[in-house]
Amino acid sequence: MKNEILRGTPASPSIAIGKSFVYSPKQVVLSSLREKKDTAEEIELFEKARKMALRQLRNLRIELKKASDPISSKLIDVQILFLQDPLFLNSVEKRIKVKKESAEEAIVNFSQSLEKDFRDIPNSYIAERYLDVKDIIERLLKNLKEEEPDDALGKYGDIIIAETFTASTVLQISKAGVGGLIAEKGGRTSHFAILAEALNISAVVGVNGVTEVIDSGDEVIVDGIGGVVVINPDEDTKRRFEKKKKETDAIQKKFLEQKDLPATTIDGYSIDISANIELPIELPFIKKFGAKGVGLLRTEFLFLTSEDVPDEKEQYDFYLKVAESAHPDSVIMRTLDLGGDKVFKTKVQEENPFLGWRGVRFTLANEKIFKDQLRAMLKASAKGNIRILVPMVSQLEEIVKVRSIVEEIKLELKKEGVAFDENIEIGAMVEIPSVPLMADFFSEVVDFFSIGTNDLTQYTLAVDRGNKNISSLFDQLDPAVITLMGMTVKKAHHKNKWVGVCGDVAADVMAIPLLIGMELDELSLPPSFIPQIKNIVRGLSLKECKDLLGNAKKKKSAHEVRKFMKKEMLHRFPSLKNILVEVEDD
Amino acid sequence: MFKKEAEIINSLGIHARPASLIVKIASAFDSKVELEKNNVKVNAKSIMGVLMLASEQGDKLNIIADGKDEKEAVDALVELIEKRKFDEE
Repeated sequence: MKNEILRGTPASPSIAIGKSFVYSPKQVVLSSLREKKDTAEEIELFEKARKMALRQLRNLRIELKKASDPISSKLIDVQILFLQDPLFLNSVEKRIKVKKESAEEAIVNFSQSLEKDFRDIPNSYIAERYLDVKDIIERLLKNLKEEEPDDALGKYGDIIIAETFTASTVLQISKAGVGGLIAEKGGRTSHFAILAEALNISAVVGVNGVTEVIDSGDEVIVDGIGGVVVINPDEDTKRRFEKKKKETDAIQKKFLEQKDLPATTIDGYSIDISANIELPIELPFIKKFGAKGVGLLRTEFLFLTSEDVPDEKEQYDFYLKVAESAHPDSVIMRTLDLGGDKVFKTKVQEENPFLGWRGVRFTLANEKIFKDQLRAMLKASAKGNIRILVPMVSQLEEIVKVRSIVEEIKLELKKEGVAFDENIEIGAMVEIPSVPLMADFFSEVVDFFSIGTNDLTQYTLAVDRGNKNISSLFDQLDPAVITLMGMTVKKAHHKNKWVGVCGDVAADVMAIPLLIGMELDELSLPPSFIPQIKNIVRGLSLKECKDLLGNAKKKKSAHEVRKFMKKEMLHRFPSLKNILVEVEDD
Repeated sequence: MFKKEAEIINSLGIHARPASLIVKIASAFDSKVELEKNNVKVNAKSIMGVLMLASEQGDKLNIIADGKDEKEAVDALVELIEKRKFDEE
């Protein structure tokens, strides 16, 4: 189809244009080019391919460890065990010997019968492990063709399209020099989306049905800024995006050159701009993009990708590494924020997971997990640059309980003679409206607040952003959300507590003057957006931001706020027009 | 032949990591080692077999070993499942 436009979530702020390759590890294609050899030779071929796969996986494991990703490297362990599985080896051997199948046929036929068995497993988490088997099968088949699978992706196209990506595929993609990726599933905080952004690969995620409408070889535009995918663009569209790419690349380059200039307004108001970080691989980006430390370290990936609960030591190693990377600036570490879209694979059944057992509600009920995490954070805090942030707080009592656990751990550590920061700050996430409404009281028990605008918007407007029927109601610039944010800052400052923002809104150009107008102390955002946001801050004055906030507060809907801010910002920063180019749907 | 029953206590059941632990431990013994749940028997030295049992919290497994070191093999697996709870809790 010509010039078909699809929309998704922008996940990495650059544009890529090129030939597409639809990557589908699920479709195993039988190579029919080879002549079947005799039984002994077929078995030998299989053994050769299997040993090659073992070698590749061991190398990949070393590489992942070097990239400080010990967690993904554990997943490789499972794949290695598959390659040594007696059930697998015997069955393939039997097929080759008795049924006279070729090595390829034996592998594919085995995987098909296995797929059926796995599909019948009621536990979806275990059933999904079949994807690991598929990965292995694919690798073996490629090895039989004596193709190196690790650098194959780049040969097929500049833009890789898949239902979803594994961390190792994204690493392969970046090594192969691929320009962009499109995923049918996932959101901005998906493991692979974060990696793509960190590795500067243009990405649009959550594009419904994309693997069905794009064919390998189609020309595709990936606009990771606007969240737009164009398939087989016409000349005019292509020219417009090439222009946008050139301009955004140039602007990004300019921003990057000025990344270390302070985020201070014309009239001298300074705000800290720090980085949202989750993966070890992102650590170099703190300095690369000029962040003032880490404003939000998500810790869920430690728990989710390792498929088990990481122990204190494993967590300590990671936290210490992050603290050292940010030093002398500080790191705000958020305790486990489990639930919602990041559900642990337990059998907990909830009618309304978003209103359920997540964040601090879960950790307070699982004290062993919580204590291990807090101990690891405290032990890593000896240099005094770690702060602890508690998610999903709705009641004062929760903070009081967290504090008493922290005090308990401090006593333990003193007895053990371990150094830590005696004055470690403890803050609450502002996600649930009860916190801004009760901020006077919360200010007496916390050291700081961090506003998570995504969840604050969701809980204020009662809108699930993932629900297509109502997602248009979701806007972080809704006047109700702005009011709650302003309320938090005012009440906190009154008690000399500081407030940051770590939600998507901190990377939203249109929102920056409003955030400054509230006199927020810190903004934390995905690293690659930082240079641009710092540039915007330097072009504004606190006085005009206060005026803009005052006017925005008079608007009656998110739509009116956006319209007003867009006009004002384009007037002040004409070059924004290039970044904000939108494609019109038919 | 030596046989013992073990109950899955850890909340996540036998997912990929516990399955790898079972395979690694079972493979360290010479005896034939099998797991049985609801009359389905699998080779405890096969990761695919162990995963396909799809054991969840509360499930009871028979651990059956046959060979020179059958008792040691069964005891090691019972300890992993019930005492160490796969080092998870």
